[in-house]
Parts: sequence; C-alpha cells; structure tokens
Amino acid sequence: MTDTTVSQGWFTGLANPTRFLALSGKLLPWLAAASAITLVVGLYMSFAAPEDYQQGITVRIMFIHVPAAWLAMMCYSVMAVAALGTLVWRHPLADVAAKSALPIGAAFTFLSLLTGSLWGRPMWGTWWVWDARLTSVFVLFLMYLGLMALHKAMDDPARAARPAAVLTLVGFINIPIIKFSVDWWNTLHQPASVMRLDGPTIHPTLLYPLLVMAISFTLIFFTLHFMAMRNEILRRRVQAMRRQAAQSIGGGAIGGGAIGGGETR
Amino acid sequence: MMALLKRDLAIATRSGGAAMLGVLFFLAVVAVIPFGIGPDLNLLSRIGPAILWIGALLASLLGLDRLFQADREDGSLDMLVMQDWFGLVATVFVKCLAHWLATGLPLVLAAPLLGLLMNMSATSTGAVMLTLVAGTPAISFIGAVGAAIAVALPRGGLLVSILILPLAIPILIFGVSASYAAVTDPDPFLPPFMILSAIALFFAALGPVAAAAALKGASD
Repeated sequence: MTDTTVSQGWFTGLANPTRFLALSGKLLPWLAAASAITLVVGLYMSFAAPEDYQQGITVRIMFIHVPAAWLAMMCYSVMAVAALGTLVWRHPLADVAAKSALPIGAAFTFLSLLTGSLWGRPMWGTWWVWDARLTSVFVLFLMYLGLMALHKAMDDPARAARPAAVLTLVGFINIPIIKFSVDWWNTLHQPASVMRLDGPTIHPTLLYPLLVMAISFTLIFFTLHFMAMRNEILRRRVQAMRRQAAQSIGGGAIGGGAIGGGETR
Repeated sequence: MMALLKRDLAIATRSGGAAMLGVLFFLAVVAVIPFGIGPDLNLLSRIGPAILWIGALLASLLGLDRLFQADREDGSLDMLVMQDWFGLVATVFVKCLAHWLATGLPLVLAAPLLGLLMNMSATSTGAVMLTLVAGTPAISFIGAVGAAIAVALPRGGLLVSILILPLAIPILIFGVSASYAAVTDPDPFLPPFMILSAIALFFAALGPVAAAAALKGASD
C-alpha cells in the first residue's frame, strides 16, 4: 500500500479480494462445466475399460482410488505453496487458499483410503495393513484433521494464518515420504506404475481412463477450491461487518447506559 | 544462554514445575497396561519395549504446551521474541534442551524400573534406554513447533498433542524397531538406531527454526 512505485502484476492484482471474486466468478462456470464433462467421459471410459486378467472387475476401483490419492498429495502441495505465500510474500489470499483447501484435501485423502480399503479386502484379503504407504497416507489424513482443528481453535482467521502456515510447511516432509514409501520399504502396496522414468508399465486400455479421471479430479479440485475460497472471503466479510455492527451497537448501548446512570444519580 | 538454561531447569524442578509430573504420568500409563491385558509375564516381556516407548511419547507430549505458555503469561516471551532472528532460534533451541533435561531425561532414568515391572531382559531394557536417549530429544524439538503454534490458545494442550503426534510417528516406529532389533537375533540394531538419531538431528535443526517462525507470527 505504501510502496506505490511497484508496478502491479496480475498476481499482486489478485491480492485484491474483490478482483479475485470477479475473476473467479467468470472462471467458475467454465471450470465446473469442464470438470463435469471430463468426469462423465472418464466414468464412461472406466466402465468401458476391459477387466484385468488377475483383478477382474475390482480394477475399476483404481480409477477412483489413484486419482484421489494423487489429489490428496497435490492438495497438500498447493497448501504448502500457499503457506509459503503467507510467510514470505504475505499474500492476503494465500491464507484463504490454504484454509479452504483443507476440507477438500481431507475428503480426497479419505476417499483414497476408503477405496483402497474396499479394493484391499478382495485382493489382499484384509481391509487394512500397517505398511509404509498406507500408514503415511493415514498420517496425512491426521495432519489435515489437525490443521482443521487448529483453524477451528482460533476465532480470528488473521491470527491463525501464520501458525497454520508454519505447521503446513513442517508437515510437508510427509509428502515425499508418501511418494517414495513404496520404493524405500518393502511394502504390500504395489510400486508406482504410471509416473516413472522409463514410462508407464500399465496397459493403455487401463491407462487412458485413469488419466482422464485424473484430469477430471484435478478440475473438480480447482472448481471446489475456487468455490470454497469465494465462500471463505465472503464469510470473512460477513464476520467483519457483524463485528462492526456489534461494535456500533455495543458502543451506543454503553454510552446510553452511562447516560442513564448519570440521570438516575 | 547458559543463564536461560539454568532458569528453565530451575523453574521446571521447583514447586509447580512439570518435571516430576511427566515421570509420574509415565509410571501411571505403564502400570495401567498389565491391568488392561492381564498379568501374563511372557506377553508383557514381548510387548514391553513398545509399551515403554508409547508411555514415554505420551509423557513427553504432556508437558509440551507449557514450554512457551508460562513465559507468555509472565510477559518474558515478548522479551525473547524481540531479539534478532538467530538469537530467537538459539533461545528456542536452549529452551527445548532445558525441557528435555527436565522431562525427557527422567523418563530415560525411570525406564529400567519399569522394564523390571514388564519382565524385560537386561539387554532389552538397555536398548530401550539407548533409543529413548536418542528419541526423546526429537520429540521435544518437534514438539516445540506445536507449543509455539498453540501458545496463544487457552486450552492448547490437547491441540499440541493432536498436531504433533502425526509428526512423532516416525520417532516411535524407529525407536521401537531398534529396541526389538536388539533382542531378536537376525535383525541388526544399528540401522534403525542410526535412522532414529538422524531424525533427532533433523528435528533439532528444523524444530527451533519453525517454532521461532510461529512465535514471531503469534506475537504480531
């Protein structure tokens, strides 16, 4: 505000919540439509995909499970970048972005844990094993819940921003652990088959539906994230207005009481 | 810094300090276990190291919320935060060290007695003590982050535990696996113990910096 010589880039321009609301309002219908279309196409392709010779029909669970797990990690990465934005650049929307991504990330993590468990029952013969990949994802879920509890515990969102950002960054060590847990430890969970240096080892008939579903989930994430951010901005505005209104009423009442006290004396 | 260390140790050990409370909690938690699973000595000696580790983890989490809160209540925290950045990080480091000396070290010293109650062998007890010496500082250092985050909250104690427990899981995993490796024959003791020490050193570097950042954020 004081430094007016800096030219405003589009990123700093977004720091104005009103501008962000206008821009995201224009963008949202397109994003929502794109995610709906890709979801329908992805689901159709998932059901049209041939059954795996070993896993049978349960292979279709993968089309939900793998994108959800990817998104759970990407959401935390988005939050970590936003936390950097809060701590380094003090971008006012970074805190809003980090906070509103929390429930979405927790939902994706829960979805991947749930679908993995449903797949594990017929394939591994158990709902849950304490291997490295499953445990680290469960820890990720706990961290989402812990951060949500931290935001709930502080009534002033501006004060919660920086501690939550610090904790988000500290918790980021878990993300590489999740990614490489299947390589570092000998786990029941199968190693990476799509994102590897020597190309995917998964058959194209199963790979393409998976990729479409991944794109669709990513679009869904950004749609929900934008919606949640808009809600959070509006919620904070309402809160600020309420506080102002309460202050003006409260001030009037105290003043009136003092006058009343003076009159009775 | 020595003065700060002495001051914190004095506060922790005098009346109203949390040093003895942690050990008593440790004793209580471990003493409850045989009631829960029955007095089967073979079973107890098998799960003994794990029980001791879980008890130590919970006991060291117990006192964490007071790490900065007492200083905040009497206003000295504001004085500490007003230093330059490196001074603040060093201060947090020393405070963690004092917290470990006051609450972590007594847990290590109490471990042999509880090992006796758990019917554990001498090697097993020694391994647990060694891993606790390496592991409990890590809990103190990473716990400082949670303590710094929750410093402004009226009932931060439970929140600190919720925030820190996920991060403390690796410490528990490698501490327990090293203790078991010492008594079961084919597993080597050193690799998990080395990883545990590495985690402790990593948290000793990361914890004070992150806690200092959180304290700075909470003060303005």
